[in-house]
Amino acid sequence: MGFWDAVLAVAIIVGKSLLLLVSLLIYIAYALYADRKIWAAVQLRRGPNVVGPWGLLQSFADLLKFVLKEPVIPSGANKGLFLLAPLLTAVLAFASWAVIPLAEGWVISDINVGVLYIFAISSLGVYGIIIGGWASNSKYPFLGALRSAAQMVSYEVSIGFVIITVLMCAGSLNLTDIVRSQDSRFGLLGWYWLWLFPMFVIFFISAMAETNRPPFDLPEAESELVAGFGVEYSSTPYLLFMLGEYVAIMTMCALGTILFLGGWLSPIPFPPFTWVPGIVWFVLKASFLFFMIAMMKAIVPRYRYDQLMRLGWKVFLPISIGAVVLVALVLKLTNLAPVS
Amino acid sequence: MTVTAAFFYLFSTVTVASAFMVIASRNPVQSVLFLILAFVNAAGLFLLMGAEFLAMILVVVYVGAVAVLFLFVVMMLDVDFAELREGSLQYLPIGALIGVVFLIELILVVGTWAIDPNLIRVPAATIPPADQVTNTTALGRVLYTHYFFAFQAAGLILLVAMIGAIVLTLRERLGVKRQDISRQVARTQETAIELRKVPFREGLKDVA
Repeated sequence: MGFWDAVLAVAIIVGKSLLLLVSLLIYIAYALYADRKIWAAVQLRRGPNVVGPWGLLQSFADLLKFVLKEPVIPSGANKGLFLLAPLLTAVLAFASWAVIPLAEGWVISDINVGVLYIFAISSLGVYGIIIGGWASNSKYPFLGALRSAAQMVSYEVSIGFVIITVLMCAGSLNLTDIVRSQDSRFGLLGWYWLWLFPMFVIFFISAMAETNRPPFDLPEAESELVAGFGVEYSSTPYLLFMLGEYVAIMTMCALGTILFLGGWLSPIPFPPFTWVPGIVWFVLKASFLFFMIAMMKAIVPRYRYDQLMRLGWKVFLPISIGAVVLVALVLKLTNLAPVS
Repeated sequence: MTVTAAFFYLFSTVTVASAFMVIASRNPVQSVLFLILAFVNAAGLFLLMGAEFLAMILVVVYVGAVAVLFLFVVMMLDVDFAELREGSLQYLPIGALIGVVFLIELILVVGTWAIDPNLIRVPAATIPPADQVTNTTALGRVLYTHYFFAFQAAGLILLVAMIGAIVLTLRERLGVKRQDISRQVARTQETAIELRKVPFREGLKDVA
C-alpha cells in the first residue's frame, strides 16, 4: 500500500464520519423540535411555532442564539476543567456513533466488541457532568454532579446485565452480528423485544436514567437544584452540554433499536417491505423509541431521589441478574445457544 | 506499521506523563483526573496489541466505575494534600529503609520465579490463532474451562469482600422513620380510613 492509498483511506473515513456527523446533527435538531412539540401537544400548548413554517427552524435559531451569546465563566471556577467538561460530554456522545450500523454495512468502524465500546463510552459520559459540576465551584452544580454520578453508576449495572442477556442470544459482541441474529422469517416477531420483553422494558427505563432524561432528570431538577450541574453554564458551553445529552439519548435509541428492534431489518419479511432501504427502517425504529422517551417526559412525574436509587438497586438489578441466569438456562436446555 | 508505532509512542508517553502528574499535581481532584487519563491511554495500548476485549473492560471497570467512585470520594473530602506532605521529609529515612527492604524481597522472589512447564502447555494447546477467533471468545474459552475453579473462587472472594463491606457499614438506627414500600402498596381503603361518628361537644376521647 503506497502513501496515496493510505491518504485516500483516511480521507474516505473522514468523509464518512463528517457525513454521519452532519446528518446526525440535523436529525438531532429535528428530534429536539419534535421533543418540544410532543411535550407541548400533551400539555395542550402549541410549542415552537414562530421561526420558519410551523416553527421548523426553531432549533437552528436556538443554535445561533447560544453561539452568539457571551460565555460567562465564574471567577471562582477552575477555568480549564470548566471548559473541558462540556467538550468532553459532546465529544464522547458523538464517539459512540462510530460503531453503530445504520444499515447493512453502513458503519464507520465494524469492531468485534461494538457493544462493549458503546457501553464504555456511555459510562465515560458521567465525567462531563461530574467535572462540570465540580469546576463550577458552586453548591447547586456540585450537588447535581454528585447525584448524576451515583445515578449513572447505578443504572449502568442493570443496562450491563440487560446487554448480557441479548449477547447470550446473539452470540456476538459485534453490533452488525447482533442485528443479523434477529433476522428470521418471522419478521418483527423474531426480534428480541418479544423474546426478552422484560429486558426491553428494563433497558428502556434504565436508558432514560442513564441519560438523565425525565422522569429521572434529578441532576438538573429545577425545583430543588435550580439547573443542577448546568447552573453556571451559558452560551456555547451550555449548548455543548445540551447537544451531548440529546446525542446520548439518540445513542440509547439506536442501541435499543439494534439490541431489541432488529436494527435495519424490515418488520415484515417479504417483498414490498424488504425493498425499503434498511436505513429507513432504522431511523423509523429509533424515532419510535425517541417518541416514547419524549412521551415519558410529558406524562410521568419526576422520581424522588431515594426512590430512583431503590428502583435501580433493589428492583432492576435483581431482576436483570435473575434474567441472565434464566436466559442462560433456557438457552442451554433447549440447545438454542449460538455456537461460535 | 509506522502509524501503529506513532500511536504506541503517543499512548505510552501520555500514560507515563499523566501517571507522573498523578503524584505531582497539587490538587487531589486533578490527580484523579490524570489517573483516568492514564487508564484511558493504557486501554489504547491494549488496543494496539490487539487485546480489544481487555481494553474495553479496562475502560468500563476502571474508568467508568472505580474512578467515578474515587472522584466522588475525593471531591467530598476537603483534604489539602500539600499540607499533608509538609514535614514528610523527616520520615524519609524510615520510608527509604522500608522501600529498600521491599525492593530486595521483590528481587529475591522474582529472581527465583519459575513457571511450571505443564502450566504453560495447558492453555497454549487450546488457544487457536488470533485470526480465527475473536479474543473475547478465546478469553471465554480459557476462563471457563481450564481456569474455571480459579475464576469462581475469585468471584466468591469478591462476594465475601462485598458482604464484609456492607456488614461493616450497615447500622440499624432506632427511632428513624423508614419507608416500607410493600406496606405502602398493600394499604387499602379499609386499612387506611376509619369513619367515626363524633359526639357533639364531646369529641373523640381516644384520639390524642
